[in-house]
Amino acid sequence: MRAAVIVFPGSNCDTDMFHAVKDFTEAEVVEFVPHTAKSVAAYDAIFIPGGFSYGDYLRTGAIARFAPVMKSVSEEAAKGKTIVGVCNGFQILQEAGLLPGAMKRNKDLKFICRTVNLKVENKKTRFTSSYDQGDVLRIPVAHGEGNFECDEKTYSQLQQKGQIVFTYVDDVNGSKGQIAGVQNEAGNVLGMMPHPERAMEAWLGSEDGRKLFTSVYRNWRESNVVTN
Amino acid sequence: MVNVHVYITLKEGVLDPQGKAVEHSLTSLGYEGVEEVSVGKWIQLKVEDGEGLDARITAMCEQLLANPVIENYSYKVEREATV
Repeated sequence: MRAAVIVFPGSNCDTDMFHAVKDFTEAEVVEFVPHTAKSVAAYDAIFIPGGFSYGDYLRTGAIARFAPVMKSVSEEAAKGKTIVGVCNGFQILQEAGLLPGAMKRNKDLKFICRTVNLKVENKKTRFTSSYDQGDVLRIPVAHGEGNFECDEKTYSQLQQKGQIVFTYVDDVNGSKGQIAGVQNEAGNVLGMMPHPERAMEAWLGSEDGRKLFTSVYRNWRESNVVTN
Repeated sequence: MVNVHVYITLKEGVLDPQGKAVEHSLTSLGYEGVEEVSVGKWIQLKVEDGEGLDARITAMCEQLLANPVIENYSYKVEREATV
Protein backbone atom coordinates (compact mmCIF):
# COMPACT_ATOMS: atom_id res chain seq x y z
CA MET A 1 0.00 0.00 0.00
CA ARG A 2 1.23 3.45 -0.87
CA ALA A 3 -0.16 6.10 1.44
CA ALA A 4 -0.26 9.89 1.18
CA VAL A 5 -0.77 12.38 3.98
CA ILE A 6 -1.86 15.68 2.47
CA VAL A 7 -0.42 18.82 4.04
CA PHE A 8 -2.22 22.15 3.70
CA PRO A 9 -1.03 25.47 5.10
CA GLY A 10 -2.35 25.18 8.66
CA SER A 11 -2.53 21.39 8.89
CA ASN A 12 -1.27 20.38 12.33
CA CYS A 13 -2.07 16.69 12.72
CA ASP A 14 -0.06 15.60 9.70
CA THR A 15 2.89 14.20 11.67
CA ASP A 16 0.61 12.18 13.96
CA MET A 17 -1.23 10.83 10.93
CA PHE A 18 2.06 9.95 9.23
CA HIS A 19 3.21 7.95 12.26
CA ALA A 20 -0.13 6.20 12.67
CA VAL A 21 0.06 4.96 9.08
CA LYS A 22 3.79 4.23 9.18
CA ASP A 23 3.84 2.42 12.52
CA PHE A 24 0.56 0.52 12.40
CA THR A 25 0.23 -0.60 8.81
CA GLU A 26 2.67 -2.40 6.55
CA ALA A 27 2.50 0.31 3.90
CA GLU A 28 5.67 0.29 1.77
CA VAL A 29 5.42 4.01 1.23
CA VAL A 30 4.04 6.76 3.45
CA GLU A 31 4.66 10.28 2.20
CA PHE A 32 3.67 13.83 2.95
CA VAL A 33 2.12 15.39 -0.13
CA PRO A 34 1.82 19.20 -0.29
CA HIS A 35 -1.41 20.99 -1.16
CA THR A 36 0.27 22.19 -4.36
CA ALA A 37 0.76 18.67 -5.75
CA LYS A 38 -1.02 18.06 -9.03
CA SER A 39 -1.66 14.37 -8.56
CA VAL A 40 -2.16 11.74 -5.88
CA ALA A 41 -2.81 9.01 -8.45
CA ALA A 42 0.31 7.13 -7.33
CA TYR A 43 -1.21 6.39 -3.91
CA ASP A 44 -3.66 3.71 -2.77
CA ALA A 45 -4.79 5.49 0.37
CA ILE A 46 -5.01 9.22 0.97
CA PHE A 47 -5.19 10.69 4.47
CA ILE A 48 -6.32 14.26 5.05
CA PRO A 49 -5.23 15.34 8.52
CA GLY A 50 -6.71 17.77 11.00
CA GLY A 51 -5.68 21.34 11.64
CA PHE A 52 -6.80 24.78 10.59
CA SER A 53 -6.21 24.83 6.85
CA TYR A 54 -6.04 28.40 5.56
CA GLY A 55 -6.85 29.63 9.06
CA ASP A 56 -10.41 28.28 8.78
CA TYR A 57 -11.16 31.51 6.91
CA LEU A 58 -14.71 31.87 5.55
CA ARG A 59 -15.70 28.36 6.69
CA THR A 60 -13.70 25.38 7.83
CA GLY A 61 -12.32 23.62 4.76
CA ALA A 62 -13.88 26.12 2.33
CA ILE A 63 -10.57 27.38 0.92
CA ALA A 64 -8.65 24.11 1.16
CA ARG A 65 -11.11 22.34 -1.08
CA PHE A 66 -9.90 24.50 -3.97
CA ALA A 67 -6.21 23.74 -3.35
CA PRO A 68 -4.58 22.22 -6.45
CA VAL A 69 -4.26 18.74 -4.92
CA MET A 70 -8.00 18.43 -4.27
CA LYS A 71 -8.93 17.97 -7.91
CA SER A 72 -6.83 14.83 -8.01
CA VAL A 73 -8.21 13.69 -4.64
CA SER A 74 -11.73 13.92 -6.10
CA GLU A 75 -10.68 11.97 -9.18
CA GLU A 76 -9.08 9.23 -7.09
CA ALA A 77 -12.16 9.12 -4.86
CA ALA A 78 -14.30 8.53 -7.94
CA LYS A 79 -12.00 5.63 -8.87
CA GLY A 80 -12.65 4.02 -5.48
CA LYS A 81 -9.34 4.80 -3.75
CA THR A 82 -9.44 4.91 0.04
CA ILE A 83 -9.74 8.45 1.42
CA VAL A 84 -9.76 9.24 5.14
CA GLY A 85 -10.38 12.76 6.43
CA VAL A 86 -10.04 13.47 10.13
CA CYS A 87 -11.39 16.62 11.80
CA ASN A 88 -10.46 19.46 9.42
CA GLY A 89 -9.90 16.72 6.83
CA PHE A 90 -13.55 15.72 7.26
CA GLN A 91 -14.65 19.35 6.86
CA ILE A 92 -12.58 19.68 3.67
CA LEU A 93 -14.15 16.52 2.21
CA GLN A 94 -17.62 17.89 2.99
CA GLU A 95 -16.82 21.20 1.33
CA ALA A 96 -15.48 19.27 -1.66
CA GLY A 97 -18.79 17.46 -1.92
CA LEU A 98 -17.17 14.05 -1.33
CA LEU A 99 -19.06 13.55 1.92
CA PRO A 100 -22.57 14.60 2.96
CA GLY A 101 -23.58 17.28 5.44
CA ALA A 102 -21.83 20.34 6.81
CA MET A 103 -20.44 21.44 10.17
CA LYS A 104 -21.87 24.15 12.39
CA ARG A 105 -20.32 25.68 15.50
CA ASN A 106 -20.55 23.30 18.47
CA LYS A 107 -23.88 23.78 20.20
CA ASP A 108 -22.29 25.34 23.33
CA LEU A 109 -19.95 27.46 21.13
CA LYS A 110 -16.90 26.07 22.91
CA PHE A 111 -13.85 24.45 21.40
CA ILE A 112 -14.07 20.92 22.78
CA CYS A 113 -10.77 19.17 23.45
CA ARG A 114 -11.12 15.93 25.38
CA THR A 115 -11.37 12.18 25.01
CA VAL A 116 -14.88 10.94 24.26
CA ASN A 117 -16.64 7.60 23.94
CA LEU A 118 -17.16 6.73 20.33
CA LYS A 119 -19.38 3.90 19.14
CA VAL A 120 -18.69 1.79 16.06
CA GLU A 121 -22.06 1.96 14.27
CA ASN A 122 -21.01 0.02 11.21
CA LYS A 123 -18.16 -2.46 11.21
CA LYS A 124 -18.84 -3.57 7.65
CA THR A 125 -16.65 -0.87 6.16
CA ARG A 126 -13.09 -0.83 4.92
CA PHE A 127 -12.27 1.51 7.80
CA THR A 128 -13.75 -0.42 10.72
CA SER A 129 -13.67 -4.12 9.87
CA SER A 130 -11.09 -4.88 12.58
CA TYR A 131 -13.45 -3.54 15.26
CA ASP A 132 -16.56 -5.28 16.55
CA GLN A 133 -20.01 -3.90 15.88
CA GLY A 134 -20.98 -1.62 18.77
CA ASP A 135 -17.44 -1.34 20.18
CA VAL A 136 -17.06 1.74 22.35
CA LEU A 137 -13.70 3.46 21.73
CA ARG A 138 -11.89 6.14 23.69
CA ILE A 139 -10.82 8.69 21.09
CA PRO A 140 -9.92 12.38 21.54
CA VAL A 141 -11.85 15.18 19.86
CA ALA A 142 -10.49 18.69 19.32
CA HIS A 143 -12.81 20.96 17.38
CA GLY A 144 -14.92 24.10 17.52
CA GLU A 145 -17.06 23.23 14.54
CA GLY A 146 -18.07 19.59 14.63
CA ASN A 147 -21.81 19.98 14.91
CA PHE A 148 -22.88 17.73 12.03
CA GLU A 149 -25.90 19.00 10.12
CA CYS A 150 -27.80 17.66 7.13
CA ASP A 151 -31.41 17.65 5.97
CA GLU A 152 -33.82 14.89 6.98
CA LYS A 153 -33.72 13.23 3.59
CA THR A 154 -29.94 12.95 3.71
CA TYR A 155 -30.08 11.72 7.29
CA SER A 156 -32.44 8.87 6.50
CA GLN A 157 -30.29 7.94 3.51
CA LEU A 158 -27.23 7.82 5.78
CA GLN A 159 -29.12 5.51 8.13
CA GLN A 160 -30.48 3.23 5.43
CA LYS A 161 -27.21 2.84 3.55
CA GLY A 162 -25.02 2.20 6.59
CA GLN A 163 -23.12 5.43 6.00
CA ILE A 164 -23.07 6.36 9.69
CA VAL A 165 -19.78 4.77 10.75
CA PHE A 166 -19.24 6.33 14.19
CA THR A 167 -21.53 8.06 16.68
CA TYR A 168 -20.82 9.79 19.97
CA VAL A 169 -22.14 7.81 22.95
CA ASP A 170 -23.06 11.11 24.63
CA ASP A 171 -24.14 14.33 22.95
CA VAL A 172 -20.76 16.03 22.57
CA ASN A 173 -21.40 18.93 20.20
CA GLY A 174 -25.05 18.87 19.07
CA SER A 175 -24.47 16.75 15.95
CA LYS A 176 -27.59 15.41 14.28
CA GLY A 177 -28.03 11.79 15.36
CA GLN A 178 -24.81 12.22 17.40
CA ILE A 179 -22.94 11.52 14.18
CA ALA A 180 -19.16 11.53 14.57
CA GLY A 181 -18.12 9.86 11.32
CA VAL A 182 -19.71 9.06 7.96
CA GLN A 183 -18.68 7.36 4.76
CA ASN A 184 -19.82 8.09 1.23
CA GLU A 185 -22.36 5.86 -0.47
CA ALA A 186 -19.67 3.90 -2.33
CA GLY A 187 -17.90 3.21 0.98
CA ASN A 188 -14.41 4.40 0.01
CA VAL A 189 -14.38 7.86 1.61
CA LEU A 190 -14.55 8.30 5.39
CA GLY A 191 -14.75 11.49 7.41
CA MET A 192 -14.65 11.62 11.19
CA MET A 193 -14.26 14.44 13.72
CA PRO A 194 -12.51 12.41 16.49
CA HIS A 195 -8.78 11.77 16.06
CA PRO A 196 -7.88 8.08 15.82
CA GLU A 197 -4.26 9.08 15.06
CA ARG A 198 -4.06 10.53 18.56
CA ALA A 199 -5.17 7.24 20.11
CA MET A 200 -2.35 4.93 19.04
CA GLU A 201 -0.46 4.30 22.30
CA ALA A 202 -1.74 3.25 25.72
CA TRP A 203 0.85 5.52 27.34
CA LEU A 204 -0.75 8.46 25.53
CA GLY A 205 -4.16 7.58 26.93
CA SER A 206 -5.65 5.17 24.41
CA GLU A 207 -4.75 2.82 21.61
CA ASP A 208 -8.30 2.44 20.37
CA GLY A 209 -7.52 4.21 17.10
CA ARG A 210 -5.11 1.54 15.87
CA LYS A 211 -7.72 -0.75 14.37
CA LEU A 212 -8.88 1.95 11.98
CA PHE A 213 -5.46 1.93 10.35
CA THR A 214 -5.14 -1.86 10.45
CA SER A 215 -8.61 -2.13 8.87
CA VAL A 216 -7.63 0.15 6.00
CA TYR A 217 -4.42 -1.79 5.43
CA ARG A 218 -5.96 -5.28 5.66
CA ASN A 219 -8.76 -4.41 3.29
CA TRP A 220 -6.32 -2.97 0.79
CA ARG A 221 -4.15 -6.11 1.06
CA GLU A 222 -7.07 -8.49 0.66
CA SER A 223 -8.21 -6.82 -2.52
CA ASN A 224 -4.80 -6.08 -4.03
CA VAL A 225 -2.25 -8.68 -3.00
CA VAL A 226 -2.35 -12.14 -4.52
CA THR A 227 -1.60 -14.78 -1.92
CA ASN A 228 -0.57 -18.36 -2.60
CA MET B 1 -17.25 48.68 -10.50
CA VAL B 2 -20.23 48.20 -8.22
CA ASN B 3 -20.31 47.46 -4.54
CA VAL B 4 -21.83 44.10 -3.76
CA HIS B 5 -22.98 43.17 -0.28
CA VAL B 6 -23.46 39.46 0.30
CA TYR B 7 -25.39 38.31 3.37
CA ILE B 8 -25.04 34.73 4.55
CA THR B 9 -27.25 33.12 7.18
CA LEU B 10 -28.02 29.61 8.30
CA LYS B 11 -31.01 28.12 6.51
CA GLU B 12 -34.36 28.31 8.20
CA GLY B 13 -34.87 25.29 10.42
CA VAL B 14 -31.13 24.83 11.00
CA LEU B 15 -30.48 25.51 14.68
CA ASP B 16 -28.16 28.48 15.05
CA PRO B 17 -26.02 28.07 18.18
CA GLN B 18 -24.54 31.57 17.92
CA GLY B 19 -27.94 33.21 17.44
CA LYS B 20 -29.30 31.32 20.45
CA ALA B 21 -26.40 32.46 22.63
CA VAL B 22 -26.86 36.10 21.62
CA GLU B 23 -30.61 35.85 22.22
CA HIS B 24 -30.01 34.45 25.72
CA SER B 25 -27.56 37.24 26.48
CA LEU B 26 -29.99 39.92 25.36
CA THR B 27 -32.76 38.38 27.46
CA SER B 28 -30.52 38.18 30.50
CA LEU B 29 -29.57 41.85 30.04
CA GLY B 30 -33.25 42.63 30.42
CA TYR B 31 -34.22 43.24 26.81
CA GLU B 32 -37.66 41.78 26.42
CA GLY B 33 -39.52 40.99 23.26
CA VAL B 34 -36.49 39.75 21.33
CA GLU B 35 -36.69 36.52 19.42
CA GLU B 36 -35.28 34.63 16.46
CA VAL B 37 -31.81 36.14 16.67
CA SER B 38 -29.54 34.80 13.97
CA VAL B 39 -25.85 35.41 13.40
CA GLY B 40 -24.47 35.39 9.89
CA LYS B 41 -21.80 36.91 7.70
CA TRP B 42 -21.63 40.02 5.61
CA ILE B 43 -19.12 40.00 2.76
CA GLN B 44 -18.46 43.15 0.76
CA LEU B 45 -16.84 43.09 -2.65
CA LYS B 46 -16.31 45.30 -5.65
CA VAL B 47 -17.29 43.64 -8.89
CA GLU B 48 -17.00 44.72 -12.51
CA ASP B 49 -20.40 45.92 -13.66
CA GLY B 50 -22.06 44.80 -16.88
CA GLU B 51 -23.22 41.71 -18.69
CA GLY B 52 -24.23 38.80 -16.48
CA LEU B 53 -23.53 40.56 -13.19
CA ASP B 54 -26.19 38.60 -11.31
CA ALA B 55 -25.04 35.32 -12.77
CA ARG B 56 -21.46 36.05 -11.74
CA ILE B 57 -22.42 36.97 -8.19
CA THR B 58 -24.65 33.93 -7.90
CA ALA B 59 -21.85 31.67 -9.09
CA MET B 60 -19.44 33.15 -6.54
CA CYS B 61 -21.97 32.64 -3.75
CA GLU B 62 -22.75 29.06 -4.72
CA GLN B 63 -19.19 27.95 -5.34
CA LEU B 64 -17.39 29.59 -2.45
CA LEU B 65 -19.02 32.28 -0.36
CA ALA B 66 -21.90 30.21 1.03
CA ASN B 67 -22.27 26.52 1.74
CA PRO B 68 -25.66 25.64 0.22
CA VAL B 69 -25.96 22.57 2.49
CA ILE B 70 -26.70 24.72 5.53
CA GLU B 71 -26.56 28.35 4.44
CA ASN B 72 -28.73 30.79 2.52
CA TYR B 73 -27.38 33.87 0.85
CA SER B 74 -28.76 37.08 -0.51
CA TYR B 75 -27.01 40.08 -2.01
CA LYS B 76 -27.49 43.71 -2.75
CA VAL B 77 -25.81 45.64 -5.56
CA GLU B 78 -24.95 49.25 -4.82
CA ARG B 79 -24.12 51.61 -7.66
CA GLU B 80 -22.39 54.84 -6.77
CA ALA B 81 -24.44 57.83 -7.85
CA THR B 82 -23.00 59.44 -10.96
CA VAL B 83 -22.89 63.22 -11.11
